[in-house]
Amino acid sequence: MRVFRYGFLLRNLVVRDFKIRYRNMSLGVFWSLLNPLVMMGVLTFIFTKIFPNPSIKNFGVFVLCGLVPFNFFSLAWVSGTTSLLNNAALVKRVRLPREAVPVSVVLANGIHFLIQIGLLLAFVLGAGYGVNPHWLWLPLIFGLEVVFVCGLSLASSAMDVFFRDVRYIVESTNTVLFWLVPIFYSFAIIPEQYKTVYQFNPVAAVVMACRLILLENRQPPFSILWKLTLVSTVALLIGLAVFRRSKRRFADYL
Amino acid sequence: MASAIEFRHVSKIYYRHHTRRFFHRYLMERMRRVPREPFYALRDVSFELEEGGSLAVIGPNGAGKSTLLSLIAGLSFPDEGQVEVRGRVAGLLELGSGFHPDLTGRENLVVYASLLGLSRKELRDRFDEIVEFSGIGDFLDEPLRTYSAGMILRLAFSVAIHVDADIMLFDEILAVGDQAFQAACLDKIRELRRKGCTFVCVSHSSELLKRLCTRGIWLEGGQVVRDGPVAEVIEAYQLSLVAHAHSAGPGRG
Repeated sequence: MRVFRYGFLLRNLVVRDFKIRYRNMSLGVFWSLLNPLVMMGVLTFIFTKIFPNPSIKNFGVFVLCGLVPFNFFSLAWVSGTTSLLNNAALVKRVRLPREAVPVSVVLANGIHFLIQIGLLLAFVLGAGYGVNPHWLWLPLIFGLEVVFVCGLSLASSAMDVFFRDVRYIVESTNTVLFWLVPIFYSFAIIPEQYKTVYQFNPVAAVVMACRLILLENRQPPFSILWKLTLVSTVALLIGLAVFRRSKRRFADYL
Repeated sequence: MASAIEFRHVSKIYYRHHTRRFFHRYLMERMRRVPREPFYALRDVSFELEEGGSLAVIGPNGAGKSTLLSLIAGLSFPDEGQVEVRGRVAGLLELGSGFHPDLTGRENLVVYASLLGLSRKELRDRFDEIVEFSGIGDFLDEPLRTYSAGMILRLAFSVAIHVDADIMLFDEILAVGDQAFQAACLDKIRELRRKGCTFVCVSHSSELLKRLCTRGIWLEGGQVVRDGPVAEVIEAYQLSLVAHAHSAGPGRG
């Protein structure tokens, strides 16, 4: 994997992206926390006051378990997709390993993801759930999600150079996924015949695993783990292949 | 002496609608094989530049000068012919690409150095030297948007020449610097040339080119019009401009 030989460059690009986003903002990183908190508040209001669902206790924490992985997924994927166009001057005029552009943007979003995971864990502990040994699975699960988004973004950013519509396809997909990922409903109420399909969606798998670990003190089942690993790895390999095939022509189209 | 850069019958073709090619157009082209109108940015260009040589590329706007540089830099690839480049390439193809106005000079310096391929250790060893040559001084920790174009150039140039490249490319940027900095650049470039570094420069400033380079190539319409000692090529190019201005009509030139 060529990407990983350029650690210093990658690190600098990640830090650059992160700094640019928050420079000149008085609230800075606080924005990273505000969005999931607002969404949590709204969804909790709707599903405890308007469509009450008594089968789920601690709805706020429950929904946050879904929102945090989903937020990372959707933001990182969109910004990863547009990364080559947004850095056109760089891609066109500086010789750098071009994979580093989308990957660094996804990893910069990964920093926000870490902050939001911190927020999530704080809420979990605040709601009275304790720390359990299954927490050790969390880095692997979240890490696989990052790998998955890197793969998707490598492919979609390369395609976005040639067809600028890709960005809108990605955004629409995210809107649809908000409903198809069990964010405000639980995996248990999904009809049996759809459950397997759901597990193949890495974002849904991360949400499910996250809830099992944090809220139910259970080890995530093997069926989720292997599907998550499989889909993420395949996504990364396909992403790298698509990127490599088209990167020679980037400078001509940007 | 071995050649550092070798172009063998190189053509670079762009097609119309390149920037506005949407998916449906792509599908249509694929299915109906609509003939696309080719535009030759470079056509059958051949030359060889020896190690340690210095080449000035001149010609009017749209002659293919920048395309030539991006082929050497490995940023784009020829549609016909072969380009061979031996050694590490660094260059300034556009002022400030890779720089961000909200970051400080120091932060931009670090990012830019790593973009040009410096490792953490190389940067640590050369950091002070880069800062000193740039002459940025107290502005190092100010955001880049407070810099003048000349200061951005000094920073970018200073990073680029400390990369230890075998081949350096400059596209029409040195003209931004003031006299003193230009003189410092020329000294530095001469020093690098003595060490065997190869240079390719694009500029409209013939004075600068004559002082920097020994060889010249005049490009026009993507083709080599003339290739030879820099003073001769520049003179021929300027004569053609004068002749063209005269033939364009009375009262001009």
